[in-house]
Amino acid sequence: MNVTIVDYQSGNISSVINSFTEVAKGKVNLEVTSDIKKIKSSDKIVLPGQGSFKSCVDSLNSINGLVETLKEFAITNKKPLLGICVGLQMFADVGYEEAETEGLGWIPGKVSRIDNQKGKFKLPHIGWNEIEIQKESKIFKDIKNKSHMYFVHSFEFIPEDPSVISATTDYSSKIVCAVERDNLFGTQFHPEKSDKIGLKVIDNFLKL
Amino acid sequence: MLKNRIIPCLDVKNGRVVKGINFVELKDAGDPVEQAKIYSDGGADEICFLDITASNENRETIIDIVRKTAKECFVPLTVGGGVRTIQNITDLLLAGADKVSINTAAVKDVSFVKEASKKFGSQCIVVAIDAKKVSDNKWEVFTHGGRNKTGIDAVEFAKQVETNGAGEILLTSMDRDGTKSGYDVELLKVITDKTNIPVIASGGVGTLDHLYDGIVKGGASAVLAASIFHYGEHKIKDAKEYLNSKNVSVRL
Repeated sequence: MNVTIVDYQSGNISSVINSFTEVAKGKVNLEVTSDIKKIKSSDKIVLPGQGSFKSCVDSLNSINGLVETLKEFAITNKKPLLGICVGLQMFADVGYEEAETEGLGWIPGKVSRIDNQKGKFKLPHIGWNEIEIQKESKIFKDIKNKSHMYFVHSFEFIPEDPSVISATTDYSSKIVCAVERDNLFGTQFHPEKSDKIGLKVIDNFLKL
Repeated sequence: MLKNRIIPCLDVKNGRVVKGINFVELKDAGDPVEQAKIYSDGGADEICFLDITASNENRETIIDIVRKTAKECFVPLTVGGGVRTIQNITDLLLAGADKVSINTAAVKDVSFVKEASKKFGSQCIVVAIDAKKVSDNKWEVFTHGGRNKTGIDAVEFAKQVETNGAGEILLTSMDRDGTKSGYDVELLKVITDKTNIPVIASGGVGTLDHLYDGIVKGGASAVLAASIFHYGEHKIKDAKEYLNSKNVSVRL
């Protein structure tokens, strides 16, 4: 199996590479690239994302043909794609970090700043928080409800259709922290930094 | 509910751990990679390396350590010490650090924090503030391990780094550092009240109760400690179980 981690200069993806490499060892052929041809021929895609919504969307758009290729892969051909952090957020129609920015529009919804109740909750939401599993998800196979995952973000994805939500976490309100729709997966938390339990999420995705 | 983090810190000098864990099973007590792995396996919520190498020529050493550690530890890794340029940050992040902590360079020019957070995102920029009490309810920022007085008010500076995009503050009391007499809870309280970003408490931990004080009385989101975890005095697990028994929520 060929799995591609999309490297579109979206900031620091070393940890994503390290964790996927660890889990993929001897099982999966892992590529880290923005090469359109290689992306097209892979079986699964990982779309990481760090920094702001706007900077990530701008970086994706700066690579000729990348957005179209990803859309064809995930939406038209319905092949498995996992978005992590801003990688998930970009599934939305629109994001409001830095400036109003159009997203990929794959899952209707928006990305807004977490309502921290006038400073009652510190932002960014940094650290380990429990996930509350909302529906059966292939990437949560053998993962217990209330498992701890590592978060670092100030913005949240609010999908229009709540049925895509596969997990939430409690931080000032129920924040969407994982979505699943058919072949499309996303986590707001960082499985690559969530110790053994996070590696299990990665393993589940690789085993799909 | 968001858990309070316990962060063991390893001081690294010329590639070797200073005051490391003295476990018998260790092959090499001075190897930072092996020590980090022990902490990570033991339930550390994050690992911090502080490079205290005096010379600037040895940057490659810490980068190599980060690279090796990041391949074995799958919890967040913060690296500080001698981070002065955008290139320094790039090198550490590429090697596998998740966050870098900036100290002197932020004090010299706070716009460096802005530049760094704009380039890499606030999530990976920690500003380390070393503060010393100068009079009642007044703390000043010091640099160079507490030797250099800057005249900058610590509370004002904390607010300033927040405005400039820091994602977290690593607050060390220079009065308490190395004393094992507990965090400066007053200092912590005032900074956690006046800022809206997470604050990591540092400097002075001697007992598990001090960790409790940092979180509950000081309002810290995370507690950093070095020596109590060294020499196997306390394990990370003991610290977490202790805090949990006192109703402080931690990741068990």
